[in-house]
Amino acid sequence: MSETATATKQKTVKFIITRQDSPDSNPFIEEFELEWRPNMTVNSSLMEIQRNPVNCKGKTVDPVSWEANCLEEVCGACSMVINGTPRQACTALVDNLSQPIHVEPMTTFPVMRDLAVDRSQMFDALKRVKAWVPIDGTHDLGPGPRMPEVDRQWRYELSKCMTCGVCLQACPNVNANSNFIGPFAVAQVDLFNNHPSGSMNKQERTEALIEDGGLQECGNSQNCVQACPKGIPLTTAIGRMNRESTKHLFRKWLSI
Amino acid sequence: MSTHRSFFNRRLHSLLGVIPVGFFLLEHLWTNYHATQGAAAFEEKVNWLWGIPFLPVLEIFFIFLPLMYHGVYGLYIAFTAQNNVGNFGTFRNVMFMLQRVTGVITLIFVAIHVWQTRVQVALDGMTASELSRQTAEVLSNPVNVTLYLIGIVAAIFHFSNGMWSFLVSWGITVGPRAQRVSTWVWMGVFVILSYIGIRAMLAFTSPEFTSVLAR
Ligand code: FES
Repeated sequence: MSETATATKQKTVKFIITRQDSPDSNPFIEEFELEWRPNMTVNSSLMEIQRNPVNCKGKTVDPVSWEANCLEEVCGACSMVINGTPRQACTALVDNLSQPIHVEPMTTFPVMRDLAVDRSQMFDALKRVKAWVPIDGTHDLGPGPRMPEVDRQWRYELSKCMTCGVCLQACPNVNANSNFIGPFAVAQVDLFNNHPSGSMNKQERTEALIEDGGLQECGNSQNCVQACPKGIPLTTAIGRMNRESTKHLFRKWLSI
Repeated sequence: MSTHRSFFNRRLHSLLGVIPVGFFLLEHLWTNYHATQGAAAFEEKVNWLWGIPFLPVLEIFFIFLPLMYHGVYGLYIAFTAQNNVGNFGTFRNVMFMLQRVTGVITLIFVAIHVWQTRVQVALDGMTASELSRQTAEVLSNPVNVTLYLIGIVAAIFHFSNGMWSFLVSWGITVGPRAQRVSTWVWMGVFVILSYIGIRAMLAFTSPEFTSVLAR
């Protein structure tokens, strides 16, 4: 009896997507209804819409635009707001979501088209805080110092950052009125400051981190640590960098 | 160094909130709590405070100006935030929002309170007993009592939660455990100070207090 019931009445999934044709055009809502499939994700649903871009009214429309690369939550490209929560579409299993599924772009960033946003401000922030180990040169510098195991463990957690932008979307202090570079950049400074070779440029990074729009703009809402898909201890990194910049303040401005 | 201006401003805002503004709040609650022992005890405390040398200078440089800086810069901070408790209803995010809401309420309340008490004292050259009468009169109006109740609780909340934040911002409580313990400690402080503040306020409205004044 139940078998025939499922056979006659097809299970469907409804998506309510916030779309936008170009960076400065107005957003609009479009609904799509798809046939349910086992293990479908928001990402696979968007691929389905791409193959057959017909909305709920039966009208063929432009396929929904979004970004995705790895499909295994390591590249961070497919971040979007799903039922109010910023997260990756590729790991958002439809069966775990309440329906209808609302999908919106991360509006903290400039929207390029539909769900695709421009995250270049994050890469600019990484450049600003010099989130790398500068070892390029004309001669062999020899092997670097060894890394203590405790540092390695801590750094491993921070190294999981995929620049996905979820922490910026979640943060109430990252918005059009503020120039806060975001929680992720703070953790990246901590990551490279604790690298045995990277620590040689610690001062420069800390200095850059507390420039306008830096670490001090954090208001301790601690949304970032809740939202981070990689479980990065962002607020601990912020606390550590707060301590570091307090030391920096006393060391540098009071020359102790 | 000019690019470090906002860092400097933020840290100054945080520091001034504790020293001297937070310290003054504690002193003020303590002084007013003496009203629970009757008008005489309160007036004795007031007279002692008024006996401090260079009081106006201290009031301007150690209370008024730091408070103004903390208040005005605080407004700027409060209004740059885009609250999102709808999507992130976590405890800390609610605290983040309340910190900003209570900050604005406290600023309005302090302005009214300073006008009703300190400015009136200066304008009319009041004595300590005239001040207690004036305060009792202000608080004989239920609208003012409600206003004071909201104001006092908001100020104490802003102080207690602000202390939690201060410890994070200066890198004193770094990890989640330290921050959790700190949350409990400051919650306790909030409850104790609220009790002190509310009792002090209610003392001015009690019949014994007003009957002593009438004599
Ligand atoms: S596609 Fe890489 S994280 Fe989703």
